[in-house]
Formats: sequence, structure tokens, C-alpha cells
Amino acid sequence: MTRRVVITGLGVVAPGGIGAKAYWDVLANGRTATRAISSFDASRYRSRIAAECDFRPEEAGLTPQEIRRMDRAAQFAAVAADEAVADSGLLFADLPPHRTGVSVGTAVGCTTSLEREYVVVSDGGRQTLTDHRYGVPHLYDYLVPSSVAAEVAWRVGAEGPVNTVSTGCTSGLDAVGHAAALIREGSADVVVGGATDAPISPITLACFDAIRATSPRNDDPAHASRPFDRSRNGFVLGEGAALFVFEELEHARRRGAHIYAEVAGFATRSNAYHMTGLRSDGAELAQAVTAALGQARVAPGDLDYVNAHGSGTKQNDLHETAAIKASLGEHARTTPVSSIKSMIGHSLGAIGSLEVAACLLAMRHGLVPPTANLHDPDPKCDLDHVPLTARETPVRSVLSTGSGFGGFQSAVVLTGNGTEKGGLAQ
Amino acid sequence: MSTGRTDSTTDTTGTGSTTGTAVVTGIGVVAPNGLGTEEYWAATLRGESGIRRLTRFDPAQYPSRLAGEVLGFDPSAHLPDRLLPQTDHMTRLALTAADLAVLDAGAGPEELHTLGAGVVTASASGGFEFGQRELENLWSKGNEYVSAYQSFAWFYAVNTGQISIRNGMRGPSGVIVADQAGGLDAVAHARRQLRGGASLMVTGGVDSSLCPWGWTAQIATGLLSTSDDPARAYTPFADTANGYVAGEGGAILVLETEEAALARGARPYGSVAGHAATFDPPPGSSRGPALRAAILGALADADCPPGDVDVVYADAAGLPDKDAAEAAALREVFGPHGVPVTAPKSMTGRLYSGGGPLDLATALLGFRDGVIPPTANVTLPDPAHRIDLVTGEPRAVATRTALVLARGHGGFNSAMVLRAPAAPRTPSP
Repeated sequence: MTRRVVITGLGVVAPGGIGAKAYWDVLANGRTATRAISSFDASRYRSRIAAECDFRPEEAGLTPQEIRRMDRAAQFAAVAADEAVADSGLLFADLPPHRTGVSVGTAVGCTTSLEREYVVVSDGGRQTLTDHRYGVPHLYDYLVPSSVAAEVAWRVGAEGPVNTVSTGCTSGLDAVGHAAALIREGSADVVVGGATDAPISPITLACFDAIRATSPRNDDPAHASRPFDRSRNGFVLGEGAALFVFEELEHARRRGAHIYAEVAGFATRSNAYHMTGLRSDGAELAQAVTAALGQARVAPGDLDYVNAHGSGTKQNDLHETAAIKASLGEHARTTPVSSIKSMIGHSLGAIGSLEVAACLLAMRHGLVPPTANLHDPDPKCDLDHVPLTARETPVRSVLSTGSGFGGFQSAVVLTGNGTEKGGLAQ
Repeated sequence: MSTGRTDSTTDTTGTGSTTGTAVVTGIGVVAPNGLGTEEYWAATLRGESGIRRLTRFDPAQYPSRLAGEVLGFDPSAHLPDRLLPQTDHMTRLALTAADLAVLDAGAGPEELHTLGAGVVTASASGGFEFGQRELENLWSKGNEYVSAYQSFAWFYAVNTGQISIRNGMRGPSGVIVADQAGGLDAVAHARRQLRGGASLMVTGGVDSSLCPWGWTAQIATGLLSTSDDPARAYTPFADTANGYVAGEGGAILVLETEEAALARGARPYGSVAGHAATFDPPPGSSRGPALRAAILGALADADCPPGDVDVVYADAAGLPDKDAAEAAALREVFGPHGVPVTAPKSMTGRLYSGGGPLDLATALLGFRDGVIPPTANVTLPDPAHRIDLVTGEPRAVATRTALVLARGHGGFNSAMVLRAPAAPRTPSP
């Protein structure tokens, strides 16, 4: 018998709001959380804007030692995991620990802490032979991003399979796919998974500046992220986390859990083309979408919403438009396709899970979040991008797509009716 | 059974999951005691260690000064010039290992250039040497001096991305991070993709962070040996165990469905028969470590009673408490002195995500040649461990089932069972 995987808990740390409720308030109202960078002096950079989280770890419930030990990305993950666990109503202490797993995606791991500590041990870049006597005890945990998954595992008492998934900007979708795979194959019954990233630091800004990937619209940060718009000129860096409780369907049903949706399809492909470039035909992303829809047994015409990668770079939005047309055919133009990066920026590995969270909330509320800042659509991005304001419509089957450096192309399909308790179709 | 290249089923969450056997048809090794699979294997059987004083930078000021470096590696001899400015040292090693594995498998464009061929690697620390150089540029000169390649040269997904591009592989790809345990988890994830419908996967792990900044981070664990004697620094299971030596390198494998491999006339080294991963309870918990559960899980997955296991390639932490915990897990499953145990990584140092895949390669070569390679630097294991540690000369014994163990910092455990092929593969001439 095939094991099915559902999501029964949700937790979010996002720009514009901590917690799923505040997050949805941002998306449903089309508010943008992009602004001038406040966490350090970014005046020397080409792109000086980002979507930052107003995150205070003490208020979010972390202890002083946790705050000292964990990188900001791990802190986000821990707080989002706590919310997801509480939201699921599942008593983790009563679960057999070896049947609980963890799958956390992150593109750049503990970058912020690594850079902060590098500055110390190198004495501001002066010493190539870095001085180990100035290293903090947890330095190795910053080196290896498996520490982020370990922190989540300790929190929820997981002793089954525990992994960090790090496929760049598709990490957040791939971690969802990995979580579902662990349950489907029988390696776990419950997985806490999702993704986190906190990349807003000088080295990240510098490397995206160097390839002109980020938007230099510094004079208008609130309207800088413009997916599908003719005037788009790069993505706006973001940060945040979304974590979920994944559960085997019967396990969830037996306890009468609220089910957000079923993870009905997941597929990933590689473009085998270029580490940062994309071919304009979007063939591999289209293949991933087709494969994910096939698994979910969802026809293109049955999709109620596509949550696009929509990063707002010239190249991506053309690539993605082609991929959606190739995979959805005649239904490409009639299906709502929006990019929430217009509001919360691009948080690298975290964004895929933040987008899955947006899909779950769209299903629950019957509301498709808009593409903000879309006043002048690029004629070459000629799909229904839900400009500026959210749209009320029943949302039962959704597709979320992702694309990233390294050539990764991923697609997740979620199904369900969103609101009814345990009410998935047989 | 898998149908090979049916793209609509090439997925880990597919409902059409099969239990088709995954076989290893190609091996590529880059190790401190041998660049190239047969070079490594010959050195390992000779008991030749690659552990020596660091040469990449002057280690005099650090408390740990020995490492397993891949010496004599000239990247321009292996890779096109255009790849050199954009790759960290560990990616160059990984691309070289992948080339060797693909060549060994005899896989060509027909097998590689499809949506059914993917790449799954493990990474522990990314391209750290590249990262240190760019951090230094940023902080000593200014942000405009940071390389355009920094955006991908250091991140954890780089080896998978570069291998897929170099080999034209457009199928399902992934990157798993679980410190030293991640290498086995990546191979298990590749097997998962084959079960979901992929036909060929390039998988494994290669790591290196032997730059001053990476070294500083590794020293922070307090687990590196501070000995300056290459023969005494890393002595797993001995009563002299005093820490481990870090190394660089690893192995890349070509994994295929058995039917796809046999259909094209490839010769399998063996199959991935079972895997399980577990995570230790939090520090201070009353429950013990979960390594035993990983072993039992992998054996169950392989449908393999403990008595069928012919050899165990140990994680071999080289620390008294961790060695004792591993020995205890082995005793509980196999009985005291119940199975030959070996740790050829005593000759390479611990290779992080490269360690597990290199042990898989070693076990497969051991199947082929009817031999168990020894644990170097150890004459007699601590008798308290009560394990049958293979030391000194290689042990000439036919092995058909091997268990490979790996543990990662923070509590990661991974166990994988390999089986020899039905028709034994003879040594290459």
C-alpha cells in the first residue's frame, strides 16, 4: 500500500512578520517588506536593499545559550519548528523517537556567523593564517550546515533520519520533497522539515553585486522587487524560514489532525547548462513540473494556482514563463501565477519553503496572494500574474516551482481542500 | 521494476516506487594515499598512509599539524582551463573523481545525457579555501574585489551542479549534508532516485577544507589529534586513541539499476543492499547513541541477518569514548569479536563527506580481490573493545557482504550494507 504524506503543522519566520498569521497578513494584503538594509552599513554596495526579518530571538522564546550557539538561520529554524510543532497538535514526546525525522533545507547555512567569526580570527582580513585562539567553541557548527538540522532534531526529539538538504535556491522545495520521501518509503512516520536562510551579510551582498543579480533600485526599496514587470532589474535578497510537520496520512487521520494539504508530487531536474545561467526554453523545469503533476495525478487544467519562482531577474522570469507554457499548455494563460518574492524578497534556500507555506495558507483562506509592484507587465511574461491585489478563489491544487544556481529545477504539487478536518479525498 | 528512462516516474515521491537493485558500476577515488582508484587500493593494501605534516599552509602555529592531503594533484592535468578560476580545490578533486568513475563505468552520452541521469553528492563544508580568499579580498581590500564566482564556488551544492553540467546530466539531483555521515546518506538518496525511475546516478562525496580558516574551524571541535607523529596521531580503537586526523578527498560512484547496467553490459562491483540513518538523542539524554539502531535498520533494509556480514568498515572516530560506543554497538549486534572490523581511513584521515563513499569503494574493491585491508597505526586494539580489528597485513578472505558505518558531528549515524555481485568481478589487468 502506498503511504501518503500530509502537512499538519506550519511555522514561519518571515520579513514583515514572525508567525504564520503575521506572514499571511503581509501576503494577503500585498504589502512589501523590502527596505534599506539596517543590520549593517551597506552603503558601499551596488544593491543596498533587502527583506529583513524583525526577529528578536529572546522574544521568540530562545534561551541565552541557544542564542549564543545558533547562527541566525538556525534560530529562525528553531522558532519556526516550535510554531509548526504547536500548530500540529502532535505530542512529539509521545512519538517513538526513531520514527521521527528532520529535513531542513538551507542554501548558505551559517554564513552570517561564519563571516562574523572570520573577521575576528583573521583580524579584519589581515591574517591569512587565521588565529584559532580567537575561534568560538561552536565555530565548526557554523562550518557544517548539518548543525541546523541537528538543532531542529534536538528540539523535537527526532532520532530517525536527520538531514540538511542544500541545493542552493531550490533547497526549500527539495527539503519538502525529501521529507515526503522519507515518510513515503517508510523510513519515518513524522518529519519536521522545511528551510531556513539568513544570508544578509557583506560577503553575500558582494558576490551578488559582482554578478549583478540583485536589484540596485536603492532609491525605492519598497518597490524594488518586480517579478514579471518590464522594469525588473534583479532580485531583492531576503531571509526567513518556514518549517512544517509532515505526517503519514493514516497517522494524521487516526488522531483527527487538521490537514493543510497532501504533498502529492515532487520532482527535480538539472539543466546541465551553466552554474548561474538559464536556457530560455525552460525545458528541464517544464519536465519537473510535468513529472510532479503526473505523480499527483493532477491535470494542468485542474491547477488552481501556481506559486512561481519569479525572482525578478530578466533571465529567470522568461525561463519560467517558457517552462509554465511548456508544461501547462493551453492552461498556462488561465491559471493564476504569482510571485511572493515581490513582497518578501528572495531568501535563497528558505524561499521554497516560504512559498510552500504561502500555498498552504492560500488553500486555507481561498485567496491567491498577488504579485506586488506589477504595474507594467513584460509582454514576454504574458501569464495571469495576479497583479497588486490578492484574488479570492477556491484553491485546492497548487504547484510551486523553483530554480537555482547549479542548474537545479524543482516542482512541488500540493492537493487538498485546505479547510476540512482530515478531509482529503481517498 | 524500474523502466529506466520514463521521465514521468523519475521521482522520489513517485507512487511507482520500485525495489530494483542498485549496483555500483564505476568508482573514482581521490585520496591522500592515492590519486586514482587502483593507486589508492594498492597503497591501502601496502598499508601506506597519506598522513603527513600539512603543506598547503604553514601549520606551525596550530595545535594540530598533520593532515591527509592529496599530494601531486595538478588540476590543469585533469580539467579544462576555463573551469579552474571558478572552482575551489575540493570541486576540482570532485570533478576529477567523477570523471574517473564515469570512465570506469563505461557510461557515455547515451547513458548520461538524459533526464534519467542525475547527481547526488554530500558536502560538509563547501568550497572553503575559495571562500577564505574571497572573505580576505572583501575585508582587506573591499567588496568590489570579491570574485564573481564566489556566488557559487563555495556553496554546498557546487559539486553536484558542476558534475551535472560537465557530464550533461539533466535528471534528478540533490545535495545531502550530515557531516561525515552525509556521504552514505547521499548514496542512499541516489538509490532512492533509481527506485523512483532514474536510470543512472553519479553519487558520493569529496570534501576539503585544508585552508587556515577551515583548519581553524576544525580545531574548534577539540577532536583533532595534536600528535606530530603520523604513525601515532590517528589510532582508532587502540588504547592510544587521542583524536583524529582530518583529510581531504573521497570517492564518486556510478550507481545504476541492475537491469540498466546489465542491459548495456556493464560489470557491477556490487550492490547497495541496505541503508538506515539515525540521530543521537540530545547531549545529556538517558538514552544511548543511536548507531546500533542504524546498523539494525540497514541490515533489515537489506534483509540480511547479522551473521551474513563478512566485514565492517568502521566509522573509527579515534576518540576513546566514541570508539568505545562504536565497539559496543558492534558487540551488541554481532557479539564480541563477532565480525572482522577494519578502518583503512587510518591511512587517509577522516574525509568528512568523502569518508563514507571512500569506504564503500574500499569494500567493493575488497569484494573483487578477496581481501580485507588493514587498519594502519594500530598493533592491537584496546582489549576492552572486544572487536576483531584487522591490523598489520591485509586479511585474505572472501567477503560477500560488507557493512559501512559513518558518524557525523552532532549525532548523525549512517549505515550501509553492500553485497558482492553474483558473478565476481575480477581485477582489472
